[in-house]
Amino acid sequence: MHKARTNPINLFAMHGALILYTIIALFPVFVILINSFKTRKAIFREPLALPDADTFSLIGYQTVMKQGDFFLYFQNSLIVTVASLFFVLLFGAMAAFALAEYRFKGNLWMGLYLALGIMIPIRIGTVAILEMMVATGLVNTLWALILVYTAQGLPLAVFILSEFMRQVSDDLKNAGRIDGLSEYTIFFRLVLPLVRPAMATVAVFNMIPIWNDLWFPLILAPAEETKTLTLGSQVFIGQFVTDWNAVLSALSMAILPVLILYVIFSRQLIRGITSGAVK
Amino acid sequence: MTALSLTNVCKSFGPVEVLKDINLDVEDGEFVVFVGPSGCGKSTLLRVIAGLEDATSGEINIAGEQVNTTPPAKRGIAMVFQSYALYPHLTVRGNMALALKQAKVAKDEIEARVQEASRMLDLGAYLDRRPSELSGGQRQRVAIGRAIVRQPKLFLFDEPLSNLDAALRMNTRIEIANLHRQLSASMIYVTHDQTEAMTLADKIVVLRDGRVEQIGSPMELYNDPANQFVAGFLGAPSMNFLPAARVTDGDPRTLGIRPEDITLSAEGQLKGRVTHVEHLGGDTNLIVDADGLTLTVRLFGQSNVAVDETIGLGFAPEKAYYFDAEGQRVR
Ligand SMILES: Nc1ncnc2c1ncn2[C@@H]1O[C@H](COP(=O)(O)OP(=O)(O)OP(=O)(O)O)[C@@H](O)[C@H]1O
Ligand SMILES: [Mg+2]
Repeated sequence: MHKARTNPINLFAMHGALILYTIIALFPVFVILINSFKTRKAIFREPLALPDADTFSLIGYQTVMKQGDFFLYFQNSLIVTVASLFFVLLFGAMAAFALAEYRFKGNLWMGLYLALGIMIPIRIGTVAILEMMVATGLVNTLWALILVYTAQGLPLAVFILSEFMRQVSDDLKNAGRIDGLSEYTIFFRLVLPLVRPAMATVAVFNMIPIWNDLWFPLILAPAEETKTLTLGSQVFIGQFVTDWNAVLSALSMAILPVLILYVIFSRQLIRGITSGAVK
Repeated sequence: MTALSLTNVCKSFGPVEVLKDINLDVEDGEFVVFVGPSGCGKSTLLRVIAGLEDATSGEINIAGEQVNTTPPAKRGIAMVFQSYALYPHLTVRGNMALALKQAKVAKDEIEARVQEASRMLDLGAYLDRRPSELSGGQRQRVAIGRAIVRQPKLFLFDEPLSNLDAALRMNTRIEIANLHRQLSASMIYVTHDQTEAMTLADKIVVLRDGRVEQIGSPMELYNDPANQFVAGFLGAPSMNFLPAARVTDGDPRTLGIRPEDITLSAEGQLKGRVTHVEHLGGDTNLIVDADGLTLTVRLFGQSNVAVDETIGLGFAPEKAYYFDAEGQRVR
């Protein structure tokens, strides 16, 4: 055991700092949650007070349920996020494996080219993307969003994952080759489980921006049946009147699935770190 | 029949030539050891034989068949890696069975071979454990078992013992020797530990900078080295080299004499001051400074020579080896 870890003062300071950080980080979420259960007047009179018998109200949630098809938005957001993450991880890991594992002409340049996307925001190409989506008839489909988010997430995914794949033992992959495993089996069964922490990191990094994005849903899929949650919630924010009850309620509900996904990925993260690898 | 024959094998990584014109035959049932300093290309040669790297040029024959373009799994070889390289998600049984499953061997045949291998290696109690629940020595035995069940024509070992501690290393070394006797299979074994090389090998291949320096039985190499490099590489402590002029006036060659061939004698050819004494119980090593030349002397049994003593050193002239300026042996 480390000496520093058993020293009670250090232990106290460490936990104190972490608890303080947690409070600061969670405070906005907490404020949103409590205010979503209050009447409009109460929200403005005492924004930090907990809802009590007088101020408690579900009016926000009722508005959200009545207004538009909230569950459809919810479902759209979930489909887009999960599908985009799936493709980012799948294609990102495959490209990373090829870059890390195989020697071919232009390997280095290919790696740099794929990493270049990290520095160039995809929104610069919005007009071209829109033209492309119109030409292919994908406007107002969820596929438009999934494709764009996959493209947006790939550079960082390839960059991070190829770094991790280089660290996977060559001997292990070679043992698989000698035992007659195909390159696909080596990739899916031997290498992917060992880079699971990196995959979880990539997933978490990509998840939030996709879930919260307003730009592409607004441009590529604004139709009623393809609206995402973020876009759907915008109806409550007007130029002159904003229905704060509804906005806060919608936000509260939007937090939930991200939280669940995060818990799943962070589990993977910890399990990946603690599982024994080669030696 | 020859288990393996390499003809003019070369390997380059881009502009770097790692293997240069390797020619080698391994007979059936032979135990061949590759030795050489770090970075000389031992692992690369083994990987070329296994098919994990393509040879840049040259021909590789395993059991009479040209295998240059055959994938590793179809070459009839099995390889044991330095880092064990066990599949972390499979049990010991799964690790050993995987290659056979891939080759579509019948279930009961697989089970029989796994049982046989685990009996030979004492792994019966661990068959259902995962690699992470085994000790280093057990993992190494599983890695060897994984090679045995495939019944390969040729075993390849890449420094299999270098992650084990000294005692375990000796045990496993003996186990590998026994295994070789029982299976009477052809084996190639890479190491840079010369004790392993001397004790295990039927034939030693000494490599340097991607070139074969000499091939022969351990005693041939020890008694009759072809050049200064081989002479210095085999034998511990290693051979002493000195300008022959120190013994015979005007001789331009280099003289080599093994530490165990030097004796203490007042009227010997050399004189020197003892700078260090190593007592090993069974024998004693003296480090002697002879006018700026450091010599190692190995005395059998225990000796009471003390540091700073001046001693005379002698050797029988027929025990001396001579090398020219390029390091080639002069006979
Ligand atoms: N993939 C590669 N690309 C470029 N050079 C390589 C590659 N693999 C090995 N080399 C070079 O080839 C040379 C021989 O390497 P190799 O691993 O065969 O040495 P070795 O004899 O096994 O050494 P050690 O005893 O340290 O294991 C080294 O100089 C190494 O830098
Ligand atoms: Mg090596």
